[in-house]
Amino acid sequence: MSETPTHAAKEIAWDRKDLLDIKSLSADEIQLVLNTAESFKEISQREIKKVPTLRGKTVITLFYEASTRTRVSFEIAGKRLSADTVNISTSTSRVQKGETLIDMAKNLEAMAPDAIVMRHNVPGAPYILASRLAASIINAGDGAHEHPTQALLDAFTIREKKGSFDKLKISLIGDIAHSRVARSNIYCLTKLGADVTVSGPATMLPREVERLGVRVVSTIREAVKDADVIMMLRIQKERMGKVLFPSVRDYSRFFGLTPDVMRGALPDAIVMHPGPMNRGVEISSEVADGPYSVILDQVTNGVAVRMAILYLLLGRGGGYEDAH
Amino acid sequence: MKMLIEGGTVIDPAAGFEGPADLVIENGKIAGIVNPGAGPKDSETISAKGCIVCPGLVDIHTHLREPGYEYKETIASGSRAAAAGGVTSMACMANTNPVNDNGSVTEFILKQARANAVMRVYPIGAVTKGLKGEALAEIGDMRESGAVALSDDGSVVADSDLMRRGLEYAKTFGLTVVTHSEDMSLVGEGVMNEGFVSTELGLPAAPHEAEEIMIFRDVTLAALTGARVHIAHVTTAGGVRIIREAKKRGINVTAETCPHYITLTDDAVRTFDTNTKVNPPLRTQQDVDAVIEGLADGTIDAVASDHAPHVDDDKQVEFIYAKSGMIGLETLLPLSLALVEAKKLSMRQLIRALTELPAGVIGIDAGTLKTGAEADVTVFDPREKWVYDVSKSLSKSRNTPFAGATMRGRVKLTVVGGKVVYRDGTIV
Repeated sequence: MSETPTHAAKEIAWDRKDLLDIKSLSADEIQLVLNTAESFKEISQREIKKVPTLRGKTVITLFYEASTRTRVSFEIAGKRLSADTVNISTSTSRVQKGETLIDMAKNLEAMAPDAIVMRHNVPGAPYILASRLAASIINAGDGAHEHPTQALLDAFTIREKKGSFDKLKISLIGDIAHSRVARSNIYCLTKLGADVTVSGPATMLPREVERLGVRVVSTIREAVKDADVIMMLRIQKERMGKVLFPSVRDYSRFFGLTPDVMRGALPDAIVMHPGPMNRGVEISSEVADGPYSVILDQVTNGVAVRMAILYLLLGRGGGYEDAH
Repeated sequence: MKMLIEGGTVIDPAAGFEGPADLVIENGKIAGIVNPGAGPKDSETISAKGCIVCPGLVDIHTHLREPGYEYKETIASGSRAAAAGGVTSMACMANTNPVNDNGSVTEFILKQARANAVMRVYPIGAVTKGLKGEALAEIGDMRESGAVALSDDGSVVADSDLMRRGLEYAKTFGLTVVTHSEDMSLVGEGVMNEGFVSTELGLPAAPHEAEEIMIFRDVTLAALTGARVHIAHVTTAGGVRIIREAKKRGINVTAETCPHYITLTDDAVRTFDTNTKVNPPLRTQQDVDAVIEGLADGTIDAVASDHAPHVDDDKQVEFIYAKSGMIGLETLLPLSLALVEAKKLSMRQLIRALTELPAGVIGIDAGTLKTGAEADVTVFDPREKWVYDVSKSLSKSRNTPFAGATMRGRVKLTVVGGKVVYRDGTIV
């Protein structure tokens, strides 16, 4: 394990049933998650990548939207902690037959899961489950609202690479308006003390975004200059032409992260992307695969952070020592 | 048959009367407002001590769901909720199934109302056939059958030429056209107000400018045609400014707002409670303040409930999928009274916005206690505090963000045509 500075969070207890958003977390709670993740990261480097911490616990992933990375990351996190994981996606659930979310929730509850990891296209959907079910609900992305574990794994990666968030300059570039990753990251990084800048065409900047405590700049070059961390957001190509941007060509020319743009970056800047990437659109392959990129570290750290979340939500009352 | 409502404070803005007095009712009509104790001794006497006695409330914006959606509301159940709210006359929108776009549906509504309603129901006909915004509905036919106004309400007439023709045709028949003024192409998929709260929640949102653009179009068309236009549920500061200016220019326009637009902001949506989803959406505090100011200076004439019943199946779903609207007949008065409590409006101003002015908008004989008028009377205690237990609502639906909220001001007695229909919590 690499040497990382100690991040002594105040001695706080995790007393939440659910992880629904970053907005309601305190900086100490976030640091607790990151510290916990740090101790779990090592498990994934062992030859036998499994500890019995969550033996007997059932984790359901309930995905109303297609996703590979996030679902697999949660599944691997659960399995490495010995939880039983069950996956429900729209193709195998009854969603398409018109079952309501509440009926789905009641049916799942009847099978006594310990946690439900939920992705849904509508903001607020996980809150419907959280207020009705005894199981812990983990929001794995609700519409354009929040994606808390993504922000936590991003923060973990930044902390690993940069040590501290104090006065760290972080730029988020792309479709801020429709991005749950952007919202969760803005909450998370500002709580941790970073200076956050956002940039994108005006069609992708939500109204009064500066009230989230971020600086707005209009060109990618300005956003990249002086940034310690450059976080690119995924462009949804299906929004092209209709509302947000005229063409891939126009977007990539003015808002794509290319080697040319990177020439204006700090030498030790890191480049992040939550994935999946549109190569040649918001990010060029040379940058995505280049020396600045920590994109695959994000994926690796995603497992550790999700193990930490599952542990904090489900593993209380024993078992932690088993992990060490 | 004589009735005496004694010991209260009578407020009848239409007659310019306000003060301690007794109200005499005879043969279903108002027989006079008399000095305390000066009423006839041989009448049935009802005490209104500590209460305000005013004309029965007139709610010009409701959805009664009959025909077609009787599982949400019927004319019978809606009228009982209305009576409990002190409403003695209400107009119901045309978005039933079938749509009220021809005389036979208008007649059906009136027939059901005569048979089952405990207060007066006035149908509003559609402007366009099937609310589709493509061709004019049979306006003359509906008028003859008893429609009091025209509106496509939430199905906004986007085509400005068609709207112009609808206004002209309505004018020929002396009918007011009630508009839901929102540019739906700008609203897009919006389910809440666009602003800082929507930025935080990530819900698709509609800018307040969508309302302002369409209010401007509608008052401009009112100027062009000389027709009477009534802007339903005004929610924005910009909308209030445009209407104020239009009135100053002498355009024939009136406007209403609803209790939720003067008591709630888009902050309420943070709970993701689908009962806060309403069309147009809840706005910001700045808008709320401007709408209240509009009521105070007469830019906005009336307060209406926009009673929009929906069952749990329509509301207990994800926010984007939920139907819009909330029930409001029973809370119309207490929520509005908050403005008097906050000294934004005088009691007389508020009562005027709930009686005389809305009656004038749709041109019905109601909203006054003048001698000879139909004896539609509401008596309420402006100070009584109570908790709104929606499980006991007389509406068939339960969709309100005010469930469990403490209300101040409670209807004690509702009289329709000289007959007591609601008294102390019970339909008589």
